[in-house]
Amino acid sequence: MNSRLRWKTRAFAAIVILSNALGNLFLTWGMRHGVEQLTASPFSFLRAIFNPWVSVGICLLILWLLSKMFLLSWADLTYVLPVTAFGYVLTAVLSRLFLGEHITPARWAGTFLIAAGIVLVGPGNPRAGEPT
Amino acid sequence: MKAWFLLAVIVGSTVTADLLQTYEMKRHGEIHDFRPSGLRRVLATLARKKNIILAVAFMAVPFFAFMALVQVADLSFAVPASAASLVIEIVLARLLLKEQVDLRRWVGAALVACGVWLLAL
Repeated sequence: MNSRLRWKTRAFAAIVILSNALGNLFLTWGMRHGVEQLTASPFSFLRAIFNPWVSVGICLLILWLLSKMFLLSWADLTYVLPVTAFGYVLTAVLSRLFLGEHITPARWAGTFLIAAGIVLVGPGNPRAGEPT
Repeated sequence: MKAWFLLAVIVGSTVTADLLQTYEMKRHGEIHDFRPSGLRRVLATLARKKNIILAVAFMAVPFFAFMALVQVADLSFAVPASAASLVIEIVLARLLLKEQVDLRRWVGAALVACGVWLLAL
């Protein structure tokens, strides 16, 4: 794989990670501040979607979807999934910082285990069938 | 109980959507043109693909289930727990998409899966 493709892959992986973690954060913030408890009614979901925080979260998640689709056009799913799993680590940190969630030691241990898995998978070839 | 039901819906739909999306994007081929006009052409082409339309429909299900889930569970639980789909997807990517998964990637993915499991405790 040439260096241009490697850098393109890293840039898109970063966009996928950040847009997913921030999108989830904004969405959750909106769902807990100013949105009533959801019911089975579609109108309940529609009202929630038009909350400004939820709307920003949705825009970021659309960016996540598009950037992930582009990344998948040249990289293996088995590369994209573990690399973008770093978003889970970032989400745990953001949940602690901005949502005040209590993160147990087991959850922190899981966070570091995920980071270790990413270190192992990240430098690999996004197309395992090809020589590096 | 409601949280676990919502989680099952999220995992099942995510696996289906990711597999459909990957299959169609691989058929489409690598994207080289990132100029606005090139991106418009790609999006217009993809919008007509049956598998992409199906994938987007399957992606909508976990999205709405996720909105309900974060109202009844921590975000630091909801996000990693929904990644239970990862293990299923890697196995299915090997079996259905015939992707080559080397040992290093299997070990890395296993560590990520164990981490996700710990986060969900």
